[in-house]
Amino acid sequence: MAQMNLLHAINNALDIAMEKNEKVLCFGEDVGHFGGVFRSTSGLQEKFGKDRCFNTPLTEQGIIGFANGLAAQGSVPIAEIQFADYIFPAFDQIVNETAKFRYRSGNEFNVGSLVIRTPYGGGIAGGLYHSQSPEAYFTGTPGIKVVVPRNPYQAKGLLLACINDDNPVVFFEPKRLYRASIGEVPEEAYEIELGKAEVVTSGSDITLLGWGAQMEYIEQAADLAKEQGIACEVIDLRTLLPWDVDTVAQSVTKTGRLLISHEAPLTGGFAGEISATISERCFLNLESPIMRVCGMDTPYPLIQEKEYIADHLKIFEAIKASVNF
Amino acid sequence: MNNPEQQSGNAIHQATFVSGHALTIPTLKVLAHDGEVIDGAQMPQIDQALALRIYDTMVYTRVLDERMVAAQRQGRVSFYMTCKGEEASIIGSAAGLSDSDMIMAQYREHAAIRYRGFTSENFMNQLFSNKKDLGKGRQMPIHYGSQALNYMTISSPLATQIPQASGYAYGQKLQGIDALTMCYFGEGAASEGDFHAGLNMAAVLKAPTIFYCRNNGYAISTSTEEQFAGDGIAPRGVGYGIETLRVDGNDCLAVLLATQTARAYALAHNKPVLIEAMSYRLGAHSTSDDPSGYRSKEEEDMWAKIDGVLRFRAWLEAQGWWSQEQDAALYEKYREEVLAALKVAEKIAPPPLNELITDVYSDVPPHLRAQLTELKSHIAKYPAQYPSQESH
Repeated sequence: MAQMNLLHAINNALDIAMEKNEKVLCFGEDVGHFGGVFRSTSGLQEKFGKDRCFNTPLTEQGIIGFANGLAAQGSVPIAEIQFADYIFPAFDQIVNETAKFRYRSGNEFNVGSLVIRTPYGGGIAGGLYHSQSPEAYFTGTPGIKVVVPRNPYQAKGLLLACINDDNPVVFFEPKRLYRASIGEVPEEAYEIELGKAEVVTSGSDITLLGWGAQMEYIEQAADLAKEQGIACEVIDLRTLLPWDVDTVAQSVTKTGRLLISHEAPLTGGFAGEISATISERCFLNLESPIMRVCGMDTPYPLIQEKEYIADHLKIFEAIKASVNF
Repeated sequence: MNNPEQQSGNAIHQATFVSGHALTIPTLKVLAHDGEVIDGAQMPQIDQALALRIYDTMVYTRVLDERMVAAQRQGRVSFYMTCKGEEASIIGSAAGLSDSDMIMAQYREHAAIRYRGFTSENFMNQLFSNKKDLGKGRQMPIHYGSQALNYMTISSPLATQIPQASGYAYGQKLQGIDALTMCYFGEGAASEGDFHAGLNMAAVLKAPTIFYCRNNGYAISTSTEEQFAGDGIAPRGVGYGIETLRVDGNDCLAVLLATQTARAYALAHNKPVLIEAMSYRLGAHSTSDDPSGYRSKEEEDMWAKIDGVLRFRAWLEAQGWWSQEQDAALYEKYREEVLAALKVAEKIAPPPLNELITDVYSDVPPHLRAQLTELKSHIAKYPAQYPSQESH
């Protein structure tokens, strides 16, 4: 085991994948010698050469189109989009191409080896264009998987699973935690199964569900609730598409209550999808309405970021409201 | 429709490539490195008043950049980007326009909005995201904009302004407005799909747009060698059927001449023009960047020696329009002015919480009103936890 921050864990996973399979390539804007604007690809060009880890011209649609071609050809592309806020020029390539490559060709061709890595999320004074959480645009797209890790251990295991998975994955990295989240990480390769949620803390009174950087606020809120004698069951969904309905439904069947929290705006957010499904599965077990604590329905603000964020206090208040319903 | 009998060149009967490097675009230069006018060079339209307005903006921009990088290091602002090294390019081109022309910039062109009259107070209010910021504190520092100054508010995503500039200019043409749209972008942004879409649309639909590419050598850490394989950005204009000029971006008179010529052509013919200005980003990409990881000090020093501000000043002095004493006094004046404005702006309160939900739509819809009410009642429970309460 070694102490790693989330960036080290991602760098380590990429290093292992490139070492193991020479078809693995890492590319994107500034990822080469510079090692990426966050340094997640640091040292990879020096170690594996410019053919396998390289800077691309500044074009997100080009990066993902190029990656689709590489994946169809049999290479294993790991494409970086510098900020998730800038993924949208590549939206056509991801939604119409990546996601439908296998289905439209009757599995004659596929881009299952593709992984798209991109830092997402707020809390860093990044304003409108360095803070967004666009996962729900992608969860509405059958054919891709969507994965979000919450800490260094999860990041390494999930990223290696994404690289080895035979389906294209969009891997959202919580950039607020890149350096802030530090933990024990095995130095060798390991995988965390995709499509499986993790029960982080067991509890009997209410289920708290989230993913990525939001897990930190959820766990803080659970601690506040514990002081009031409320036992929260905390679940990290980890894979949003396809998501682990069974683990969540089992928990809600037990606790009778569900609170979902994400950074993205409330309306159209993935919490709505989870809420609908759990209402169907657990209707007779629910003792209060399913709560959603999410970003507000505005663009991501700068100066009012602290007010805007679905923070631990907002989650704590919602926990109390649910329990006292 | 393509005509099978009609070729744009001679027919050939051997498979012979036109080389990918067949077209090389010359560079317009008026001032030599020492500030002397090159023999036989065409001069732009410039008089003493215009020359001094340009130089005043150069000095101001340099002072502002120097002060704000220091302020970022002191933790007073979160972020900053400088124009350093490209002042002659930005200001010379802004000076070649009419102030009624719309400017759609990328983010490193604040010298152009300064040239139009953006005040120290305007700059500082934006940089400190206070309640007097025209953008209501919603964007990161350096995202300036002003309806009054015909300067479109900056958007961080790259190249999005390029096709927008084509559309804006097409509207100006249709409405018979005697103004065009100036679109600034970097050579990195020219790799985005929006660049190609925007230039092609302006050419096909005949929009009076000046596409002004600031080729400053770097897109963050990515050098031009890794950005494109051809002769820069200029030949692409020819590919789209657009009149094209390449200019030495550190030669303010050449930039002014190029822009004046482009403006006259674009308005006379209702057609776009592409200008590629060759320069160098002397500063870091932003205060979050450290260029020592990807380029040498020697390279930076070489470009600093042929800096466009020094070159323009030498020319001014040779005209007898400027002196060392005036120069020192101007720097001193702006250093005091900028620092004073900074000290005022950093104490002005942030925008009110209510502005969190305005301007999402033209009117605030009921669901946002409800979310704000809910937020306020939450903040009332934890007043010490939220900064908006500190200022009330």
